[in-house]
Amino acid sequence: MKSNIVRLTPQQESPPEESTAVIPESASNAASTATRATKSVEKIPASTTRNYALWRASGTTLIKNIFLPVLTFLVVGVIWSYIHSHIAPEIPSIADTWTRAKEILADPLAQNGPNDMGIGWQVLYSLGRVLGGFALAAIVGIPVGFVMGMSENFQKAVQPLIQILRPVSPLAWLPIGLLLFKAVNPSAIFVIFITSIWPMIMNTAAGVKAIPKDYMNVAAVLRLGKLEITRKILLPATLPHVITGMRLSLSIAWMVIVAAEMLTGGIGIGFYVWDEWNNLNVPSIIVAIFIIGIVGIILESVMTLVHRHFDYSR
Amino acid sequence: MSNYLSLENVGITFKTQNGPFRALDDVSIKIEKGEYVTMIGHSGCGKSTVLNIVAGLLTATEGVVLLENKEVNAPGPDRAVVFQNHSLLPWLTVYENVRLGVDKVFAKTKSKAERDEWTKHNLKLVHMEHAMDKRPGEISGGMKQRVGIARALAMEPKVLLMDEPFGALDALTRAHLQDSVMEIQAELGNTVIMITHDVDEAVLLSDRIVMLTNGPSATIGEILTVDLPRPRNRLALAEDPHYHHLRGQVLEFLYHRQLRPAA
Repeated sequence: MKSNIVRLTPQQESPPEESTAVIPESASNAASTATRATKSVEKIPASTTRNYALWRASGTTLIKNIFLPVLTFLVVGVIWSYIHSHIAPEIPSIADTWTRAKEILADPLAQNGPNDMGIGWQVLYSLGRVLGGFALAAIVGIPVGFVMGMSENFQKAVQPLIQILRPVSPLAWLPIGLLLFKAVNPSAIFVIFITSIWPMIMNTAAGVKAIPKDYMNVAAVLRLGKLEITRKILLPATLPHVITGMRLSLSIAWMVIVAAEMLTGGIGIGFYVWDEWNNLNVPSIIVAIFIIGIVGIILESVMTLVHRHFDYSR
Repeated sequence: MSNYLSLENVGITFKTQNGPFRALDDVSIKIEKGEYVTMIGHSGCGKSTVLNIVAGLLTATEGVVLLENKEVNAPGPDRAVVFQNHSLLPWLTVYENVRLGVDKVFAKTKSKAERDEWTKHNLKLVHMEHAMDKRPGEISGGMKQRVGIARALAMEPKVLLMDEPFGALDALTRAHLQDSVMEIQAELGNTVIMITHDVDEAVLLSDRIVMLTNGPSATIGEILTVDLPRPRNRLALAEDPHYHHLRGQVLEFLYHRQLRPAA
C-alpha cells in the first residue's frame, strides 16, 4: 500500500515541459496504478471517486498540454501576419510559407545534381558532421574527463587551459581547421569536435568527483583492484553524468553546425539557409528554421531517453 | 582472556586546517571470538573512527589492531562493514550487490553454482530473497540495510563491523532488524563490533557495551558486561529489573558523567 502511494505521486505530476506525445502513456500509467491501488484497498466508493479524480486530472493535463501550446502558436501567427502586412512585407505570409513547405517536403530526398538536393539530404549531411565530431569528442573527452576527475594534479594542469578555451565560440576554430585539414568537411567536423568536447570533459570529471566516498569504501573492503574499481564502480557511477555531458554537447553541436555550414558551404542545412538567402527565397529559410528546430527536439528526446535509462536514482 | 581481536593503545591524530586534531587516545580492548560488542558515546566522540581503524579504512597514528595475532592495516573482506547508509551500488540488483562480494571472496574456493547458492542463502538469512532482482532504488530503507547486512555476512568475515546500521531507520523497522540481527547472531556466532547511540539497542544486542568519553582525545570510559541470558526478547526485557539496571548504568555514564558541555 505504502509503495503504491509512493509510485502514484511522480506519475501523476507530469512535468510541464513534457511533450504532448507522452500524455496517453502517462494517463494509462496512472490508470494502471489506480487499478493496483483499488485491489489493495477494496473499497468501491473510495476507488470510484479516485478514478473519477484521476480522469479529471488527466483531462485537465490534456487541455494544458495541447491547448496552451496551441495558444502560443496562434499568438506567434498573429504577430507574424501583422509584421508581414504592416511592418516588413518582405517577410513572407504564413500561406506562402506553407505552400513552400509543401513543395520542400513533397520530395525531401530528391537528387538533381550536387546543387539541388532535397531538404532531407541537407539535414542528413549536417547530422553526419554533427555525429562525426560528437563521436570524436566522446572518444577524447570522456577519458580526459575521467583522468581529470581522478587526478588532482592533472586537473590542476589542464583546468586553466580548458577555462580559457571553453568560452570561445567554436566557430573561431574554423580557420584553424581549414588550415589543418585543407578541406571544408573535416573542418566542420573539427568545429563540432571542439564544441562537444568541453561539456563532455567537464561533466565526466564532475561525475567522477561526485562518486560517494561510501562506494570507494565498499571497493576498499572488497579489495577490488584498480581495473575492477574502474569497471565495476567508476564507470557505472559516472555514466549518468557522462550522458548529461553528451546531451548538452549534442544540442549545442546542432546549433553550431548551422553556423559552421554557412561558412563552409557544400551540402547541409546551414548552407541551405545561406543559399536560399542569397536567392532571396525567404519562405524556404523559415521552413528550414522549423525543420532545424524539429530535428533538435528529436536529438534531445533521444538523449533524454538514453539518460533516463541510466538514471539509477529513479 | 583470548586474543581474537585486540586494539592496543590505539590513538589517532588528524591533520586539519586548524592544526592537528587528537580524535582518539589510548583505546585498548580485547574482544573474544563470537562476542557482540557495541560502542556507544555522544555524537562526534570518535565511535566511527574506532570502527574505521578496525576496518582499515583509517590508519591509527599510534597503537595497533591485531586480528588473530596479525596486524591489520588495510581494509579487507575479513572485516566486512555494514555502513550506516547501506552503500549499496544503485546500478546493481540486490542479488548482484551481494554477489559482487561473494565473487571476490570465494573466487578460488567456490564454484559458480556454489557462489550463486551462497548469495541466495545469505539473502534468505535476512529475509530478502523475494526482492533479489530489484534495484536498491526500488526497496525501502530497512530492506536496503538488510541487503547491506547480507552483503557483509556473505563475505564470511572474521569480524563484522556495523556503523550505526539502524540509525537512519524508523523505530518499528529498527526493532525488526534488531530481531533479525539477534537471530542471525544466534545462528552464526559472528564476532561483531557495532556503533550505536541508542541505549536500548546497545543493551538488547550486546555482550559488552564499550562507553566512550567525549572527544577530543576520546577514550574508553567504561565497559559494561551485559549478562542477560539469550535468546533475548524485547517484550520480556521491558519488565526485567536487571535490564533496567543495566540501561540505567549506560544512561548514567552518558548523561551524568559525560554530558556534553554544549549539547
